[in-house]
Amino acid sequence: MTDRRLSRRDLFRLGLAAGPAALASSCGWDGGPALVPKLRAVSRLNDWVGEKVLLSSTRLAPQYPIRRRTPARNFPAYAQSHPLPVPADPAGWALEVGGLVRRPQRLTLAMIEALPRVTYTVKHHCVEGWTAIATWTGAPLSSVIAMAEPTGEARYLLFRTFDAGYSNGWDFKSAMHPQTILAYAWNDLPLTPAHGAPLRVYSPLKLGYKLTKYLSSLTLTAERPGGFWEDLGYPWLGGV
Amino acid sequence: MSDAPKPESAPDAQPPVAQREAEPAAPPAEEAPSRTGDPGEQSPAGPGPLAHEEAEPAVPPPAGSTSPPVSPPVSNARRPLVKRHHGIVRAAHWLNTFLLSGMIASGLQIYSAFRHFGPRGGPYWPNPWDDKVFPQWSRLGGWLAGGLNWHFALAWPFVLTGVAYLAYMVLSGEWRTILFRPRDVPRAMQMQLYYLRLRREHPPQGKHNALQKGAYSFIFLLGVLSVASGFAIYKPVQLAWLVTLFGGYELARFWHFWFVFVFIVFTLLHVALVFLVDPASLRAMITGWYRGRFPSHD
Repeated sequence: MTDRRLSRRDLFRLGLAAGPAALASSCGWDGGPALVPKLRAVSRLNDWVGEKVLLSSTRLAPQYPIRRRTPARNFPAYAQSHPLPVPADPAGWALEVGGLVRRPQRLTLAMIEALPRVTYTVKHHCVEGWTAIATWTGAPLSSVIAMAEPTGEARYLLFRTFDAGYSNGWDFKSAMHPQTILAYAWNDLPLTPAHGAPLRVYSPLKLGYKLTKYLSSLTLTAERPGGFWEDLGYPWLGGV
Repeated sequence: MSDAPKPESAPDAQPPVAQREAEPAAPPAEEAPSRTGDPGEQSPAGPGPLAHEEAEPAVPPPAGSTSPPVSPPVSNARRPLVKRHHGIVRAAHWLNTFLLSGMIASGLQIYSAFRHFGPRGGPYWPNPWDDKVFPQWSRLGGWLAGGLNWHFALAWPFVLTGVAYLAYMVLSGEWRTILFRPRDVPRAMQMQLYYLRLRREHPPQGKHNALQKGAYSFIFLLGVLSVASGFAIYKPVQLAWLVTLFGGYELARFWHFWFVFVFIVFTLLHVALVFLVDPASLRAMITGWYRGRFPSHD
């Protein structure tokens, strides 16, 4: 019967189509050397859309009442170094601000604590998919940048750490947002080593891996700096 | 998804059973002219008045032959070959099989990084896959960053395909053959009665029956909801209004994940029904040409 022959042939065609689909989605494949660079190129396009189209300089992340805080034991903390990293000379620690600036700075913790203070209770979004709420206190990053007087060429920021070479590159727009801070307190207490003591970046606008802990320096650059996870393939912007 | 035999196309009324076999038997013309009628509105549903709704937009006889009126032969080979799906619809359909497979596989990879729903530390929400890793063959990307990059790269063609499909449906007027509207409710009930063998005759239909319209409208809506919930968990701060619509970030992620299983169940049923009810529709979705027992236009 013609009907049956038709359906068998079509079944065969369907099989032909399903083959590559199954292959493409099998074996935990990442795309291989041919496709991975292309995927990263699309990721750069997504970064552009994320920064230029979706990110607002003025929209504020919602704040939560203190009772909504995630219990401390449920708030994970990651570091590269084990045991947890500590500055080589804790008493002499200071944040070096340099690069494309007119007035390089060397800011001690006391100097940063003396700057205008921002406190908020916000939701932390991890790239893994979990969220957690905590209170963060610090100085607006924009104040520190203003003190250093960036030159006209400065377009990006590079945060370096004393944590096994961990670093992050940032866009200027996110850095200047009023909720982006250099944080020195977590849930009303000084930062613990697990959460990046003595000073870390915090912002409810970015995923956790962009919120550099264990800061040692801030460099303003003209070229887009990479970063630890970013260089391995994670989205560079990491905005939420 | 298609349906069972039904009285169709016979220019004049015959007893349902006989009518089902009585097709206008155009000679197997390879390139029968595609469509004539405009997809128009149908008359209201109901067993009686509808008998004629089926009068399929006549397929003009191939050049050089005269149209044989009605003749008894039944096999699909003797039915006219008609254009059923526009190229845009077929391209969108098959692109989606690849894109959606890739979106789901990379999504399962992303899920592996945090295999719960709900607040960090629990209590976690009901989820049969709580704390479970999907098998490696079902995941795309190799690790979290790879899964994310695949997911966010495939999202572009997935959304663009949906937009192109929607634009075509709206501009061509074909949306009438798909969109489930209030008046399709009684028709869908009749169709369901027929499937349950509580109704003898196949209710009249146009290109798709009312249950199909419901299914296809629903799955498009599900696609829209998947994309919307995806954007909500992609930029939960910038798109806070969208997050609110889904009940918060954690719930949006929960829905986004569950939509996947609805897609999978839909696809299994969809493929099963193609082969069970109207295998000729597979050819129509591949080449656009259909030689089967259902009308190709409303």
